Amino acid sequence: MARAAARTESEKVRRSPQQLARLTLSYSALILLTVVFVAPLLWMLSTSFKTNLEATQLPPNWIPQDFTTESYATIFSTGETQTPVLRWFFNSMVAASAHTLLVLVTASMAAYALARMRFPGRNVAFAIIITTLFIPQFVFLMPNYLIVDFLGWLDTLLAVIVPGAAGAFGVFFLRQFFLSLPHELEEAALIDGASHLQIFLRIILPLSKAPLATLAVLSFLVNWNDFLWPLYVLINPESLTLPPGLANLQRSYTTDYAIVMAGGVVASIPVLIVFIICQKYVIQGVARSGLKG
Amino acid sequence: MATQEVEATEARPPLSKNLAGGGRKPTDVNPLTPYLFMAPYLVLFGIFILFPVFYGFWISLHNWDYLLPGKPWVGLQNYIDLFTPGSPTSGFFWQSMEATGKFTLFSVPLLVVIPLLVALILNQSFPGRAFFRTVYFAPYVLGVAVVGILWRYLLDANVGLVNYYLGRLGLPDDIAWTNDLPWAWVALVGPTVWWTLGFNAVIYLAGLQDIDPALYDAAKVDGANRWRRFLHVTLPGLRPILLFIIVITILASANVFGQTYLITEGAPGDDTRSAIMYIAEQGLENFTMGSASAMSYVLALCLAVISLANFAIFRYRED
Repeated sequence: MARAAARTESEKVRRSPQQLARLTLSYSALILLTVVFVAPLLWMLSTSFKTNLEATQLPPNWIPQDFTTESYATIFSTGETQTPVLRWFFNSMVAASAHTLLVLVTASMAAYALARMRFPGRNVAFAIIITTLFIPQFVFLMPNYLIVDFLGWLDTLLAVIVPGAAGAFGVFFLRQFFLSLPHELEEAALIDGASHLQIFLRIILPLSKAPLATLAVLSFLVNWNDFLWPLYVLINPESLTLPPGLANLQRSYTTDYAIVMAGGVVASIPVLIVFIICQKYVIQGVARSGLKG
Repeated sequence: MATQEVEATEARPPLSKNLAGGGRKPTDVNPLTPYLFMAPYLVLFGIFILFPVFYGFWISLHNWDYLLPGKPWVGLQNYIDLFTPGSPTSGFFWQSMEATGKFTLFSVPLLVVIPLLVALILNQSFPGRAFFRTVYFAPYVLGVAVVGILWRYLLDANVGLVNYYLGRLGLPDDIAWTNDLPWAWVALVGPTVWWTLGFNAVIYLAGLQDIDPALYDAAKVDGANRWRRFLHVTLPGLRPILLFIIVITILASANVFGQTYLITEGAPGDDTRSAIMYIAEQGLENFTMGSASAMSYVLALCLAVISLANFAIFRYRED
């Protein structure tokens, strides 16, 4: 009895440093990785407040010696310019917000019908929609360019707002959630004489705030960051969104890194703010997308 | 109270059956209602997804030059050209396919293994794990344009931080990361890992938390050490997630565009020009859209074969 107690005691003492060592190792790895992840972002921020001379000086100054906002003054200047960054910021805001709204409205309505109603053709429609999730985006590049051109949307924000909202992810994602809601919800309402529109607006949507928020945040981020498509369908400098704009900035100011990094900061801040406020939704959305696979 | 609830739920099914069977729902007599709900999405879906899939193929069967009035039918000639050595497109196309293949080959193993290690560490309970998860995920929300211009600067041969700190460590400090081989591959793969590591790690974490803790306890009782528990409990439990990660990472890597466009610009020569980059150049800069469409279908077919092979391998192992 006493010996057993002594043994567990000594085991405790022996295990503890081992655990401590493992924890220290884990923390060291995590902190090292944190430096690798955070340093480039801080460097971008720091550089954006330097003169271009200091931005290309080695050894590097992590804190600007000649603190200046001239890079921001340059990219925010509103005169004749090939790089109207403020305009791009405004375009990106409009495009990402309108796109998100369009996704929420169309996807939630379709998902409601697919999840909560019976009608001829439902299963076929859903099967076709789901199948298209597996088609890689680049297949749509040529035909959608021609379609957008036919609609007269080339070089307008409509080209970056609308076509992306046709993707099947939102419908699939919301349908999954709507299916999980108990059927008693609308049966009672139907007996009380409610229409499907009323049920959808007053019962289903208010119960779906979390998945709607997740879809909204993901749609906003994806649209804000989209690069390839706007690079080709938006043409004039005033029409661009930020990602193709940054490519433009890099081309115009090849090694004026202070200016290029200021553009990067402008493009990063909104999404980082959205991410920090809504990270629960972003991370859950990504995690769940994995689980369904 | 409790019995009442049981009664209520038991009484309900026949009622709902009546409703569904009789088709006499109190107000929803309109059989068009579901179609009206579907309509806004279906219009978008029809115009920008369903139609383009076929329209793109139709384009690929023509000598479809956007800038010319005539778009003569050429049948499968665009495809035949891609497989005919010496044709104007085949050399460049397969060079770009090779670049995409190399990028995928270099990046996928790193993006499958490193995020798993990170997720395994983060899956332990210790203070601050949510903070680390947030930090590692953060670059993913930035988008490829920001990642591209930032790393182009960091990897600048003369003024970049990467060469500077390599020099401080006593390593060569004059590597031309963005326009010399094999360094250009590092300049593409490294930032990609930095950018998407957190995304894969979050998916792994969700998978790890789904594994039944009782399995670990049972393995411990059986005397399995950490490594054996990882091998016999964690890995089998993660199998579907692992397959998912491998498939989506291959697809994402095969779609590489922004990194090659912004960091290496295809250099040196056209060695790092990716398939998407070449397709976009051909179709949307030179406007030879028929041949560019044919290329995108060939690439899509390759990816479909690779994805199916992955599923087949995993299923085979399961048997």
